[in-house]
Amino acid sequence: MAGLELTLGHYLAVSAALFTIGVFGIFVNRKNIIVILMSIELILLSVNINLVAFSVFNGTIIGQVFAMLVLTVAAAEAAVGLAILVVYFRNRGEIAVEDVNVLHG
Amino acid sequence: MALIAFYILSTIVVLSALFVVAARNPVHSVLWLILAFFTSAGLLVLIGAEFLAMLLVVVYVGAVAVLFLFVVMMLDIDFTELKQGFQNYLVVGVLVALALLAEIGIVAAAATFGGGAQFNASPGAATNAEALSQVLYTDYLLLFQMSGIVLLVAMMGAIVLTLRSRPSVKRQNIAEQTGRKRKDAVELKDVRPGQGI
Amino acid sequence: MTFQEIAAIFIVLAPGIAAAVSGLGQRFLGDKGSMAVTTTIVIAAALLAAWQFFAWSLGGQAGAAHTIVLSRWFNVGTFIADWAIRIDALSVTMMFVVTSVSAIVHTYSIGYMSDDPHRARFFAYLSLFTFAMLMLVTSDNFIQLFFGWEGVGLASYLLIGFWYRKASANSAAIKAFVVNRVGDFGFALGIMALVFMIQPAAGVDYTQFGIAQFSSIKFDTVFAIVSHNAPIQVIGQAAATPIQSVTFDFLGVHVWGLEMAAILLFIGAMGKSAQFFLHTWLPDAMEGPTPVSALIHAATMVTAGVFLVCRASPIFSVCEVASNVVTVVGAVTCLFAATVGLAQNDIKRVVAYSTCSQLGYMFFAAGLGAYGAAMFHLFTHAFFKALLFLGAGSVIHGMHHEQDMRFMGGVRQPMMFTWVMMLIGTLALIGFGIPGTDIGFAGFFSKDAIIETAFASDSDFGPFAFWCSISAALLTSFYSWRLMFMTFEGRYRPNTHAHHDDHAHADDHGHGHDHGHHAPKDGRAPAHESPRIMLVPLLLLAIGAVLAGVLFKPQFLTTNADHFWQGAIVRESDPMYGPHGVHPFGAATATHAPATEHAAQAAPAAEHGAPAAADAHAPAAEGAHAEAHHELPAWVIWAPFIVTMTGFVGAVIFYLLAPSVPRRMAENGGPMHTFLSHKWYFDEIYNFIFVKGTALLGDLFWKVGDKKIIDGLGPDGVTGVTKAGASGLSKLHTGYIFHYAFVVLISAVVFVAFVMLGQGR
Repeated sequence: MAGLELTLGHYLAVSAALFTIGVFGIFVNRKNIIVILMSIELILLSVNINLVAFSVFNGTIIGQVFAMLVLTVAAAEAAVGLAILVVYFRNRGEIAVEDVNVLHG
Repeated sequence: MALIAFYILSTIVVLSALFVVAARNPVHSVLWLILAFFTSAGLLVLIGAEFLAMLLVVVYVGAVAVLFLFVVMMLDIDFTELKQGFQNYLVVGVLVALALLAEIGIVAAAATFGGGAQFNASPGAATNAEALSQVLYTDYLLLFQMSGIVLLVAMMGAIVLTLRSRPSVKRQNIAEQTGRKRKDAVELKDVRPGQGI
Repeated sequence: MTFQEIAAIFIVLAPGIAAAVSGLGQRFLGDKGSMAVTTTIVIAAALLAAWQFFAWSLGGQAGAAHTIVLSRWFNVGTFIADWAIRIDALSVTMMFVVTSVSAIVHTYSIGYMSDDPHRARFFAYLSLFTFAMLMLVTSDNFIQLFFGWEGVGLASYLLIGFWYRKASANSAAIKAFVVNRVGDFGFALGIMALVFMIQPAAGVDYTQFGIAQFSSIKFDTVFAIVSHNAPIQVIGQAAATPIQSVTFDFLGVHVWGLEMAAILLFIGAMGKSAQFFLHTWLPDAMEGPTPVSALIHAATMVTAGVFLVCRASPIFSVCEVASNVVTVVGAVTCLFAATVGLAQNDIKRVVAYSTCSQLGYMFFAAGLGAYGAAMFHLFTHAFFKALLFLGAGSVIHGMHHEQDMRFMGGVRQPMMFTWVMMLIGTLALIGFGIPGTDIGFAGFFSKDAIIETAFASDSDFGPFAFWCSISAALLTSFYSWRLMFMTFEGRYRPNTHAHHDDHAHADDHGHGHDHGHHAPKDGRAPAHESPRIMLVPLLLLAIGAVLAGVLFKPQFLTTNADHFWQGAIVRESDPMYGPHGVHPFGAATATHAPATEHAAQAAPAAEHGAPAAADAHAPAAEGAHAEAHHELPAWVIWAPFIVTMTGFVGAVIFYLLAPSVPRRMAENGGPMHTFLSHKWYFDEIYNFIFVKGTALLGDLFWKVGDKKIIDGLGPDGVTGVTKAGASGLSKLHTGYIFHYAFVVLISAVVFVAFVMLGQGR
């Protein structure tokens, strides 16, 4: 019945798929910083799933604690990122990151 | 039974994640994101990590996703313009994504996990929340406090960034009102007839 | 340590200490203090040196030559050198000359430089020079000699450029330094050649040659080896060879080692003593203050070359080719400089060319083997040439720094004392005296001895030197009297153009004198006699110029010579006064012979310093040398006198009776006059070949070598590549955040792939 059991591999596969989609989202939505932020959330979600899965399948609680931390940081990152986005929009009237090249010096 | 639920949920997760990045309208993206969060919470429930699943729903769906929704709806943006160039990077994106997926697959296939042997979401406790709280407030207390500070700082940062003083808006300054003296407000002048001030 | 040794140490070191004290402490001492310190110390040194010299030469009991070692300097294998003071006839003579002239010049400078704001520096330099010169003459090895050699070069440079605000003085100083460097390079090569050759050969006991400690650069070792023709081991050669047979390859030419070394040493001497080809710096050096010219560029430093050749006489006396080179260069210089002296108008340049010419006399005397005569002329020349320079300085001082003789005249009456002194100097320079007797000025003894030496010599170049020297004597007389007449006689000729370019320190001039050059009615120049502190030195030098010849001829040349020299120079080769010469004064017993110059039956030779002196009267020896003793013809003895008088008469005619003739000649600018007044175009030729050539070469190296190749490949190339690379890289640096994100992601993918592939193997 091993084939019918829920295993670590299943969760890792979902997590890998989510991660890949997140990276893919960053690539294809290079203009839309909101979707880029969402893609980052997806990546973080995949990491969380990974952490929890390992935690559960190894019988240790630490992974879940760590997942909580990641969750916190993700929330903070989303808040600050969106705040920056709002300020940027207020100053420039648009959010197209394609025009943001002040780093070019 | 659990396996069937897993396959259904995971299919929804992956599909909704795909729609997040592919949707034309960012509002739709956010909605798809919320769906992805919900279903991944279900995935966590499947293996007994209920507390994390609830946290995911509360934090991601209740806070982050709503925040996204707010921002997307508040900003007056021509989203069709932002979608331009999607095809330009599609090939590269797909290639990188496939390469990444292949790498992850190879690593996962090569690695041997001790998974399944100790399937236990809440070791040493009756419930998952209890198991977590046993370590969270003892061994990982500092870490817990730190995450609180991270959130506090993030909140302050967001407020500082978005707050702006608007001189054109008239506000009531109560302290100034009550602190006003008579001599600041009234001046007596002797006016001679016929000469003005 | 005897009193004599302490005195010698004091003489050498005290001027150095004085220079340090007054030079470094001038802020505390002030001008007066510096002058007092240096002058007092140098005068004290001069008195001690005079005592030492008189005790050595006239006292009849010359101490044995010995060396005072102060400390060890080098000790590397056979390269051993000491800081030492070598006491022998040569160094005692030179110490006397240097310190006495230096003391006189110090004293004189107190008056001459009275209105200069940098007197302390000046006196410090003078003392520094004195110290370096004394180190030079008292060294017992080539390295200390070289130290002093460079030290005097430095002091000369500093003093020529003393008035550093004057552009011409600066360039003259640089010229002197650079030209000297050419000579010094030869000198250094010569020392290297000696070190290269003189290495101890295995199995040879050098103590048999009287060498206690073998050192490649010590005079004792080198001279003993050369004079005994001892076997030595040349570096890189298989077998030991007697030194006079050593050959090696130098610059691709197979040369005789010792001749090569001697010629290289002589090149050093040429530079320092301003001989033909390397003479150009000396006339320009007259840009320095006149006391400097008297001390350095007349009496002492320029004679260092002659001193070197005399010091190395054991080497030169066995080197026929090198000696011939010395003879020819000396003879050519003595004639060449005299011709140029005819057409110069600057009073100091005339004296400078005369110095050059007299140095030529000394050199060809040394080249012909008459080292004693060369040293004798050096000795007498120091006095009368310093006298002439200081006299000229007195005239210049009295004439408010006018140096051009064309704008002088009529100076005799206002400057009577100076005139007498200059007259004595001139008479000594032209060698005035009555032939056949011992009556005459200093130059008479030394110069005639050299001219007679040239005649008596059986060298191939003897006759050439003789005729050169006779011609030069004629010209010397002519230009010397020309200087006297143009300066002192006739009517005053003011400079109507009133150029004051030469006025070195016009701004600092404290005099209240009238600078207007208006001609007074009586034709007298508006000059004033110099202060007493300048005249007393002149008087002292005049005494030397009169008496130095007659007093010291027995010591340097004739009866007392063996006793005096004691082997400090080689005397066998002297064709005139050597043991095999015309007038042989070789034996120590000759002190008892009649002191006349023409003692035909004087004792024949014995080896100098040999204990066999008692046998010197042996009839067999007399017979053996009888053939060599031929009397000089009368016309040779009278020739210098006659040409001197001819020159005098010529000068009287041209510059007293018909002064318009030379002026017209100068104005018409005939080819001969132009040629001479341009000093044979040496400066122009050198300028064209060396200065322009160097400039062109430098230009080539600068523009092509440095700018194009080194800079092009080096700094500029690197910066160019960096700049191009940076601008290329900065295109990658777009400033778009998502580009960076791509790079991060792609890098992550590639990195993971890399790690996996690495682990897969």
